[in-house]
Amino acid sequence: MGGFSQAFADAFSLLWDFDARVFEIVLLSLQVSGLAVLIGTFIGLPLGACLAVGSFPGKQTAAVIVNGFMGLPSVVVGVVVYLVLSRSGPMGDFGLLYTPSAMVIAQVVLVVPLMAAIARQVVEDTWRQYREELAALRFGWRDTVRVLLHDCRFSLSVAVLAGLGRAMSEVGAVMIVGGNIDRSTRVMTTAIALETSKGDLPLAIALGMVLLALILFLNAGAFALRTSVMRRFE
Amino acid sequence: MSLFPLRLRDVVFRPNGRAVLDGVDLTLSGEGITVVLGPNGAGKSVLLRTICGLLPSTGGVIDWGGGSFDPLAVGMVFQHPVMLRSSVIDNIALGLVPRGVGARERRMAAMAMLEQIGLADRANDNARQLSGGEQQRLALGRVWLTRPRLLLLDEPTSSLDPSAVEAVERIVRQIRTEGTKILMTTHNLGQATRLADDIVFLAGGRVREHVSVRRFFSQPSSVEARQFIQGELPWHLAF
Repeated sequence: MGGFSQAFADAFSLLWDFDARVFEIVLLSLQVSGLAVLIGTFIGLPLGACLAVGSFPGKQTAAVIVNGFMGLPSVVVGVVVYLVLSRSGPMGDFGLLYTPSAMVIAQVVLVVPLMAAIARQVVEDTWRQYREELAALRFGWRDTVRVLLHDCRFSLSVAVLAGLGRAMSEVGAVMIVGGNIDRSTRVMTTAIALETSKGDLPLAIALGMVLLALILFLNAGAFALRTSVMRRFE
Repeated sequence: MSLFPLRLRDVVFRPNGRAVLDGVDLTLSGEGITVVLGPNGAGKSVLLRTICGLLPSTGGVIDWGGGSFDPLAVGMVFQHPVMLRSSVIDNIALGLVPRGVGARERRMAAMAMLEQIGLADRANDNARQLSGGEQQRLALGRVWLTRPRLLLLDEPTSSLDPSAVEAVERIVRQIRTEGTKILMTTHNLGQATRLADDIVFLAGGRVREHVSVRRFFSQPSSVEARQFIQGELPWHLAF
């Protein structure tokens, strides 16, 4: 028990002292996951809305695939992205492997299906109510998707938060494509895994506390924003 | 190209084998207000949706003045209009989005329309917090802004109080004076007498009568129409 208490005390000390190593890792994590979720939002939400509104052959199959990919194992994504970015892979010439860019790509692959699947469900429910009115106003599918995405913006914040949660807590894919290189591609989750295995519990605990606090803070902020805006328009 | 005379010839809508429209023959001129009357299940709403292009007829022909169907020239307002989670002005400008009107022009046109329908002071309010009557006025303004040649109204005042009905009827008359042909359904016979130039009486998925409003109420020629006016429509025609 004494060891645990000491580890927690040291972890708090690292945070209190604004340890440069801790905040370097936290900053990189936020940059990688933030960019991945931003890109994922621009791909996943319209993709989900198109699946909800569109009428095309294979729509049901596409929906099943997107839903299935929600639970894509991150290590599998890591291996696939690794193969694509490795020197002999189709994107090997870009030299992205073991860079933060590779980690962003892997996280985008992970969050897009999740965000698309949630967006499809949210938009489809609204579209059922609006379908006739928008058709009578002669909305084409592009305008319909745009209007529905805007109208569902409060509910879609859940999709963005889910994507953010998945990106920030993911470890397998970024470990494989980023390599967990110190001061280069080490993010909170990979650092926690490494430091725990090395027995450096204070750093692992400090990073774990920051990770938890960030996720809770972002969720609380999004919830407050959603509630206040919904109060105005619901 | 004119949409009129709009001719429906033997139009059938038979989903799952049940005839909702069972050979509708109807000719509409390009002026005035035509009110479609009939019991529940007669096919009034389906007729409007079929003309609007929202439901595909399973038989028959719709002839748009010898030309082709121009969807942008036909608008429709529903019994329960949809209000986006947005402001009143955004909702009224919505109809101009698919017509490629720029944001600035949309806003200016929407503001002018809000003045016309008496909702200018609510422009920035949440559209979902308007009363039922105000929402219906907004829905009418939204479609009126697109300047349709034919406006289809599906029981636009069915759940409104008398003062809201009066406000909606005033807007309907204004739209008519601008030269838009109006085809509307209602269960309110008083409203039919106030607004209609001619009456189409529909029962069992067929047009039983299409005459002037005066003639319909004074000398209905079909038994079904007489019984409907007297509130004695037999159940087998109603369902």
